[in-house]
Amino acid sequence: MTVREVALEAYREALPVLALSAVGGLFAGVVLGGMDAELQDVAGLLVLVPALLATRGNVYGSLGARLGSALHQGLIDPRFSFDDDRINAAVTAALANGVLISGVAAVMAVALLALVGRPSAPLTTLVAIALIAGFVSGLLLTIAVVSVVFVGYRRGLNPDTLAGPVVTTTGDVVGIATLLGATRLVLALGGG
Amino acid sequence: MAEFASQWSVSGIVRTMFPILIVLTAIELGSGLVLDTFEGTLLQYPSLLVLVPVTIGMAGNLGSILAARFSTAFHLGLLSFAATDDRLAGNAIATLALAVTLFPLVGAGAWLLQTVIGGTALPLRTVVLVALVSGSLLALLAIVVTTVTTYAAYRFELDPDDVVIPVVTNVCDVLGVVVLFGAVRVLV
Repeated sequence: MTVREVALEAYREALPVLALSAVGGLFAGVVLGGMDAELQDVAGLLVLVPALLATRGNVYGSLGARLGSALHQGLIDPRFSFDDDRINAAVTAALANGVLISGVAAVMAVALLALVGRPSAPLTTLVAIALIAGFVSGLLLTIAVVSVVFVGYRRGLNPDTLAGPVVTTTGDVVGIATLLGATRLVLALGGG
Repeated sequence: MAEFASQWSVSGIVRTMFPILIVLTAIELGSGLVLDTFEGTLLQYPSLLVLVPVTIGMAGNLGSILAARFSTAFHLGLLSFAATDDRLAGNAIATLALAVTLFPLVGAGAWLLQTVIGGTALPLRTVVLVALVSGSLLALLAIVVTTVTTYAAYRFELDPDDVVIPVVTNVCDVLGVVVLFGAVRVLV
């Protein structure tokens, strides 16, 4: 293949996926743009944004990859039920990872802000926001990933190429929207 | 069998992934700190705030797609690390072309959405220019980071599938914020 052929093929393959994730990212941005009041009320919240968004991709992207490989190997069936031990374990582990690392990210963020001498909301406020957002976004993304991978597989699509774009597109929107919801809830309950 | 059991047990999956997640979170908090330092500018011009998740996401995606293609070519024995390598050059050109195509549209989209929702304080061409400059720089950085990381994985005899994609995605996330910060400082 010449350079030109390689470049054209790579461009054509990636353009739709990137365009789709750009649309998802823009909508996530609109939610973030509307969060200016909450960002001002909770100092240090913005520090958490990249970490929480990346976590959604790392954890639930990995869940999608795991389910995709298991479908290919015939280890699991693409059926929605609570009887399959493997699917249950994969989903439980993803949720545990997603919620735990969100809490840890909040603790690390508060420590980092203290270290560089920048203002930060109380530890409990940021941890509560991160845990609630981590749990709710985890549930939503698990439903999205499992549905798309299973339904796609039943229709003859390769789950490996589906899981990535779904997680990158929905992950940002769900990640920011649940962060906004969790922040409002915690502020309403008197934290901050 | 033991390996099989741990692959599909909750504690096995958590034990494997959690240390990696902590490292990646630490890297991402670095970019969060950069965001925090220019929070004032971002809150003053919400159309720039709208650009934050999409710039992070696109940077990570450009890197991860390139990394996935390098890994596959590498496994198939099709990749050599020479500047004259057709596959290396072709993929690098495609990455830059994708950034130059999509980032101006992303900038225009951010401006449009922010205008529809709550008015905007920045002119369209400023937002498009910030997006285009950040996107082009990010594409170049993504190419360098991906090539270096894939080469390092090859030298240390690690499977590029395991190592390169998470490293490249998260490093590009961080670079996304840093480059956006730089572009805003210079252009706004």
